[in-house]
Amino acid sequence: MDAAFITPFITSVQNVFSTMMQMPVTINTPTIKQSSPTATYDVSGIIGMSGDVAGNVVLSFPSASAQRIVQLLTGTEVSVDSPDFADAVGELTNMVAGGAKGLFQGKKKVLISTPSVIIGPSHTVTRPRGVPVICIPCSTDCGDLMIEVAILERTAVVASPEEINEKAA
Amino acid sequence: MKILLIDDSKTMRNIQKSVLAQLGYTVIEEACDGQDALSKVGAFQPDLILVDWNMPNMDGLAFVKAFRAGNKTTPLIMVTTESEKSRVIEAIKAGVNNYVIKPFTPDLLSQRIGETMSKVNKAAA
Repeated sequence: MDAAFITPFITSVQNVFSTMMQMPVTINTPTIKQSSPTATYDVSGIIGMSGDVAGNVVLSFPSASAQRIVQLLTGTEVSVDSPDFADAVGELTNMVAGGAKGLFQGKKKVLISTPSVIIGPSHTVTRPRGVPVICIPCSTDCGDLMIEVAILERTAVVASPEEINEKAA
Repeated sequence: MKILLIDDSKTMRNIQKSVLAQLGYTVIEEACDGQDALSKVGAFQPDLILVDWNMPNMDGLAFVKAFRAGNKTTPLIMVTTESEKSRVIEAIKAGVNNYVIKPFTPDLLSQRIGETMSKVNKAAA
């Protein structure tokens, strides 16, 4: 498990929750799951990362936790099927991923995508093939969430057939 | 004072609007990306613009460059998760007057707006 990809997300999630919601986040012991496409919980905020790294990060919430956290962030009760709910989960994910990328070691050049949000039980998330998923369990007063990091340094990525063809051309 | 908020997240625009309302600013127009903002600046004529960086269609940096091609004076504050020094320098070179990294406290956003308007008013005096 590469601490270089764990510590920035821990620091960032704690910073985002304390700054935007005045709520501490307790970090439990990270684990690894092997390339599972299934998200841990029912609500997933997803950000793609590219540049010197490749992959994505997911903030996965049980619905009840997500509803309480969104209410705290927005100041209003928002139903899970409202577009505003997905927007709030996406913005939270954006702030956590953006904050983490600024903390990566070695001045990596990393670009992040705009967030996407998936809601529903047992949904799947496409992750880079063969990359283990680092799961960072977090507890808050609003409930649990899981940060799922599936990224690797670009130098370690096996080139795609398109990239090989481009280099050969 | 008229303020244009440019961010693809309605949640973030609402958070910023709430801070601005506490500061007494209530004449606010919203845009969800750079293209949307460019279509609104002419009619709205903002006195201050808060702009996100990562947005679909036209990102904040592209907006700043396009806007600055025709307007050198209206103050722009970039409000973004992009925290690397190189990105801050890139934004300032493109023409932003100040920079706020998300997440931010209401006090920090308020302070940056105050600093920016103070500099602009001094320059105009």
